[in-house]
Amino acid sequence: MVEQVSPLGSAWTPGRHGNLAGEAGVVLSETRPGSIVQAAAFPGSEKAVMAAIAAATGLALPDGAGGGVATDTKAVFGIAPGRFLVIDQVEGLADRLKPGIPVETGAVTDLSHGRTAIRIAGPQAEWVLSKLFAIDFALAAFPLGAGRATQHHDVLAAIQRTGPDRFDLYVFRSLARSFWTMLVHAGEEVGCEVR
Amino acid sequence: MLITCPCCGPRDVAEFTYQGDASRSRPDPASTDQAAWNAYVYDRVNTAGAHREYWQHSGGCRSHLVVLRSTLTHRIDSVRFARDEADGARRRSGSPA
Ligand SMILES: [Zn+2]
Repeated sequence: MVEQVSPLGSAWTPGRHGNLAGEAGVVLSETRPGSIVQAAAFPGSEKAVMAAIAAATGLALPDGAGGGVATDTKAVFGIAPGRFLVIDQVEGLADRLKPGIPVETGAVTDLSHGRTAIRIAGPQAEWVLSKLFAIDFALAAFPLGAGRATQHHDVLAAIQRTGPDRFDLYVFRSLARSFWTMLVHAGEEVGCEVR
Repeated sequence: MLITCPCCGPRDVAEFTYQGDASRSRPDPASTDQAAWNAYVYDRVNTAGAHREYWQHSGGCRSHLVVLRSTLTHRIDSVRFARDEADGARRRSGSPA
């Protein structure tokens, strides 16, 4: 496998930023998945696409808008009616999905090189994300595994809750550096550790 | 103003793009009635009150929506997928999907 080049470049500054008191409120890192793929269903083919995702990844999507599930190496969540973002640390997921999603069923779009995956974890993750996005990050409103498609100004973001205090964000690779820098600034108040 | 997307739930209006008056109906594409086309393209009644309009949840699920909104109070009475409205209109007119 060819070594991935991070779009964050010199904006990735490991170490502690901002408030130095106590433990870090948030920890920022890149998860660097090998595959980020959108699987979309034509109306009426939603179940077939969900079954194809399960066959290719072993992940069983729950019913309902924005439902999702995540493991240490794979994740899937709904981002729109009949549309899912599927993530795998291993490359080649689009090719593994395509046999189960022929053109009459839906569309498989490989976004691996078009998105960057950013993880924000820690006791203040909800607080810091709430500065940037106008959605409810409380566990009751945004359950474990669930996904949301939202935006910070013109930066579209697909967000999945992958832990009680942890969210994975998928943003345009071309905007990743400025978005990352803004996340670090937003986290400085509560102590931000970059890993 | 919050718009409750049928897919995403209540979201800030900043996530949405206005796409115009949904109360108009387009003349038959084969029509050469200049007055009908002129009215379709340019005439707006500037409603004060309940207004049927298209929005897109451009900063979320990207669905096209039909919203019934009061232009006086911004109160929103209904939000539906435009796709479902179109399907309903097709069924009513008996034309194929
Ligand atoms: Zn939506």
